[in-house]
Amino acid sequence: MASTTPAAITVAGLRKAYGSKQVLDGVDLTVPAGTIFALLGPNGAGKTTIVHILSTLIRADGGEIAVGGFDVGHEAEQVRGRIGLTGQFSAVDALLTGEENLALMGRLRHLPAAELKRRTAELLERFDLVEAARKPLATYSGGMRRRLDLAMTLMGDPEIIFLDEPTTGLDPRSRRTMWEIIQGLAARGVTIFLTTQYLDEADHLADRIAVLDQGRIVAEGTPAELKRLVPGGHIRLTFGDLSALERAAVVLDSDARDDDALTLEVAGDDGVRSLKDVLDRLERASIEVSDLSVQTPNLDDVFLALTGQKDSASQKETVR
Amino acid sequence: MSSLSFAAADATTMLRRNLKHVQRYPSIPLFVAGTPIVFLLLFVYVLGGTLGSGLGGDRDDYLAYIVPGVLMLTLTGGATGTAISVATDMTEGIVARFRTMAISRGAVLTGHVLGSLIQTMAAMLLVAAVAVLIGFRPTGSPAGWLGALGVLTLIAFSVTWLSVAMGMNAKSIETASNQPMIFLLLPFLGSGFVPTGSMPDVLRWFADIQPFTPFIEAVRGLLMGTPVEAGTMPATFIWCAVLSVGGYAWALWLYNRKSVRA
Repeated sequence: MASTTPAAITVAGLRKAYGSKQVLDGVDLTVPAGTIFALLGPNGAGKTTIVHILSTLIRADGGEIAVGGFDVGHEAEQVRGRIGLTGQFSAVDALLTGEENLALMGRLRHLPAAELKRRTAELLERFDLVEAARKPLATYSGGMRRRLDLAMTLMGDPEIIFLDEPTTGLDPRSRRTMWEIIQGLAARGVTIFLTTQYLDEADHLADRIAVLDQGRIVAEGTPAELKRLVPGGHIRLTFGDLSALERAAVVLDSDARDDDALTLEVAGDDGVRSLKDVLDRLERASIEVSDLSVQTPNLDDVFLALTGQKDSASQKETVR
Repeated sequence: MSSLSFAAADATTMLRRNLKHVQRYPSIPLFVAGTPIVFLLLFVYVLGGTLGSGLGGDRDDYLAYIVPGVLMLTLTGGATGTAISVATDMTEGIVARFRTMAISRGAVLTGHVLGSLIQTMAAMLLVAAVAVLIGFRPTGSPAGWLGALGVLTLIAFSVTWLSVAMGMNAKSIETASNQPMIFLLLPFLGSGFVPTGSMPDVLRWFADIQPFTPFIEAVRGLLMGTPVEAGTMPATFIWCAVLSVGGYAWALWLYNRKSVRA
């Protein structure tokens, strides 16, 4: 399926400048239909600008950009009929109720009255907004607003959905719910293009991730492929005294020792197997380990390595 | 459906949205009608005796003289309300959403204009009713009154388009009401409250060329059945055309480039 799936979004040589500042400097992207694509980047990298260009809000200075098979420049109307955008700022009418917001979208999509009613009821149900349907938005929580926002996008049954930082500012539970909704949409065949600053979000949701930094794509691939771009993980061992540390350093043939902290680091790229090997060797030499942790690379490391932001202590502990 | 009926449907949807806003938050229409009513009462009961004798009549003559000018002040309130609600809209993400949807160009703006026009005209009728209540007697014919209503609607339409553009041009909701303030001054710097002939030369020159003088003269003539200068009606129609086309073009230009928060 992967090779025959048509691309929902293709971008080649996208350029955009604001004044003398080159915001996007030759971006190339391909998003196969029905997949979740995450655009990852630090603040100011140009993520929102890309979303605005792909969703026809602003024009690119140069490049070939097709969404749903149509050029975003001179076929903008056709593109608009196929996309939905849920932006960073909530795109709801705060003076209307949830139900009225959905009806507004339905009318603008020229849905017949019966269809409009049916879809409104279905979306309220699906997004857990039935109780709040007739209440003014002032009473909605952040998570409810965001869900309504996405429900409004879905009123038009778009093929391609742009989600600009869909979970920024949400509490962990609302974030989870949002993730489930996004995955549900992808399962129905909708193409999702999302931007995020959260690496775990991209890791959790995306089929493919592109890392944007200073207007360029600095890496692209599956989450697993990206994680392979940074040096592998290691095992950190802590010992009770210096003599145990010294003997362990010999047995395990490692120089990465810290005599003050009584710790020793051993390379361990392949997870469980190398961990078992290390523990076996220590046991044969009768060396007591007082503490152990396995450090695996995560997208944070990839991100920081690729975007050139120096920051240590970024590795995640998965076992203690 | 054809693209024209889509455009009409979209504009109707937007109009419904704006009327719903008014229904939920009626403070703007109340303000629109309230300010001119206060001005009317102040001018008639506080200043009217003196100013009326200045015109060679009494308080009631002055009331009759200022009603067209006070109706123009209602436009000002309407323009301010329009600018504020447009500016509010532009700061919400909803307009960006509208722009990513396949809805007809200008429907958002047309909805605003029609919604504001309905509000302004309702406020104007209320102000007129208060004027009648305190003794205003339009001496013209019913046909003249209808004509006055038509001209007032036309003026309100053009001023509203201009105020939509002003609201869009505002950098924030707080500053949205600044530019329409010009409409509050213009009836005073025209023939709204005193004849322009009583003004110093420079001011009179300005009063005679600015749009509100022909607007006020046209409405006064139609309401009271008094003759107007030959140039008044053409000047009124030309000004309305200039203001509405200019306002429309300016608003659409701003809408197409400004509804993204960078």
